[in-house]
Amino acid sequence: MRRKLVSGLLLGMLALGLALPVLSWAAGDPTGANTGTIADVSAATAGAPTLEEVAATAGHNKVAINMMWVLITGFLVMFMQAGFAMVETGLTRAKNVAHTMAMNFMVYPLGMLGFYVCGFALMFGGMGALGTMGGYAGLNQEFTLHLFGKDFGLFGMTGFCLSGHYDVAVFAMFLFQMVFMDTTATIPTGACAERWKYLAFFIYALFVGSVIYPIFGNWVWGGGWLATLGKNFALGHGHVDFAGSSVVHMTGGVIALVFGWLLGPRIGKYNKDGSINAIPGHNLPMAIIGTFILAFGWFGFNPGSSLAGTDLRIAVVAVNTMLASATGAVASTLWMWRVRGKKPDPSMMCNGMLAGLVAITAPCAFVNSISACLIGLISGVLVVEAAFFIERNLRIDDPVGAIAVHGVNGAWGCLALGLFADGTYGDGWNGVAGTVKGLFYGDSSQFIAQCVGVTANIIYVGAISFVIYKLIDKLVGHRADPAAEVHGLDVPEMGVPGYVGVKMDKFSETPLSR
Amino acid sequence: MKKIEAIIRPEKLAEVRAALEKVGFPGLHVCEVEGHGKQKGVVQQWRGDQYRVEMLPKVKLEIVVSDKDVKKIVQAIVETAKTGSVGDGKIFVSPVDEVIRIRTNESGESAL
Ligand SMILES: Nc1ncnc2c1ncn2[C@@H]1O[C@H](COP(=O)(O)OP(=O)(O)OP(=O)(O)O)[C@@H](O)[C@H]1O
Ligand SMILES: [Mg+2]
Repeated sequence: MRRKLVSGLLLGMLALGLALPVLSWAAGDPTGANTGTIADVSAATAGAPTLEEVAATAGHNKVAINMMWVLITGFLVMFMQAGFAMVETGLTRAKNVAHTMAMNFMVYPLGMLGFYVCGFALMFGGMGALGTMGGYAGLNQEFTLHLFGKDFGLFGMTGFCLSGHYDVAVFAMFLFQMVFMDTTATIPTGACAERWKYLAFFIYALFVGSVIYPIFGNWVWGGGWLATLGKNFALGHGHVDFAGSSVVHMTGGVIALVFGWLLGPRIGKYNKDGSINAIPGHNLPMAIIGTFILAFGWFGFNPGSSLAGTDLRIAVVAVNTMLASATGAVASTLWMWRVRGKKPDPSMMCNGMLAGLVAITAPCAFVNSISACLIGLISGVLVVEAAFFIERNLRIDDPVGAIAVHGVNGAWGCLALGLFADGTYGDGWNGVAGTVKGLFYGDSSQFIAQCVGVTANIIYVGAISFVIYKLIDKLVGHRADPAAEVHGLDVPEMGVPGYVGVKMDKFSETPLSR
Repeated sequence: MKKIEAIIRPEKLAEVRAALEKVGFPGLHVCEVEGHGKQKGVVQQWRGDQYRVEMLPKVKLEIVVSDKDVKKIVQAIVETAKTGSVGDGKIFVSPVDEVIRIRTNESGESAL
């Protein structure tokens, strides 16, 4: 049987060999040079398009390239959810893996539904024409205050459940902006890990996508008052944030700060005498792979924010993004190794790379490569110092460094744009003529606009997070039962341990408060 | 009869057992233990905070032997388990009153 099969195979191969010269290899277009010709231009008379028909195809193709770019980079950003889940779970303890993972998992669908129902409308309902994707102009209802003879846009008012905007450009925009919102949404789950009641988290996840995130987002990206600071008050191009250092990361970081502070530290983090216990995470490989996934997703996050594959500045954006991630990682590693400690701390390496990425997110399109390196370098040191300050001075227990990475470096990224923007890009940004220039390139008013944006973020996000925290606290309470926390939240909160059948090492547990 | 309890580094177990094989021993009991000596564990670092891991993993060998064999067995363990760094472990020797082989009900040295 086996012999027959083998000899059959051999015979077949021999036949194929003999046939080779007779088989034709000339058919088709192996180099691709002749695929896509005049015949592919849609025309009433095939093969003989009119000038209008050629122009229509060119326009359609340009929008198609832009829309493909928006969708594909959006898919990349969606995958960052996996990165966040792994970083946060790797840096926390084995007894809470199911709980930490389940927060990172459900924040995606819950945040999305909140954004669908009202977040998208509040954020983009008044944005005006979707310029790079065909110019759909139906998102044109902004709630505006008139003060001192100026318009202050506060939130959009159309697009709830996408109704009334059954349009491909709007749908592409929704997908892209939805995954950005979910990046914000998943940041606080790290700062609140290992002690947050799952039900309280569940309600939070609805609020973040429907209210907290979209309002500030409207002010910067939806045509709101921070975007028009330039037009109204001659402050540069208004608050400029290319891919979301403030809109996405700082918002997540400030929520994390408020929630982490109000929630209180994990049992055992601080001793009665004021000293601090380290609470080592259980899986550094998981944290490092998660960091790589995030860095990969960032190639969607930043270059995608051009909303246009035909805007070839995306090459500069992508290179700046990777350079800042490199200098951020190197700086945090060396800073821990030589200045603040004796070893190159792996978890701070991860924080450093992410800090560089967060910081370059606002300025990535506006700075040259040296500036990008410098911005990342500073963020690597900043993230370590901020993490220490938050833990030791503010005494807020942030198990994964979310506040230092996203909050502090989000602010730094916005300010860095106001310093380093080199005036090679952004002509007409936010309706202001000329390119975007920072303080070091002659426009101090741009730096002021960045400061206003950062301050507004802290005040608005800080205040609304406080109110929503208190509201949820009244409804269901935030803090998990202390006995459950000590035991590990997996079984009491989720009903199942994350690692079934694995014996935990009781000696790796940090002792309870001394 | 004496009981020899040797607490050694886990990674030394195979080597020590091989050495014991050469000098000969009646039987052996091994368990994984955790403990610390006078340095009270080791210091590690997490996100810039130092912390002490107090309990270190070790392996404990227990061998009950006749008095005359104690010396060579202890010798073999010391020779193979030693690295010269702190934490090499300890050997405790204590008297044993009685040994009984369950299958035959023999007792004393012949039951070893
Ligand atoms: N006095 C003791 N009583 C019981 N067990 C001990 C004692 N001393 C050490 N051990 C056990 O032996 C293991 C190894 O001890 P270790 O070799 O570190 O002792 P030490 O006295 O600190 O010597 P060194 O200075 O060489 O480290 C400990 O982890 C513990 O399990
Ligand atoms: Mg010792």
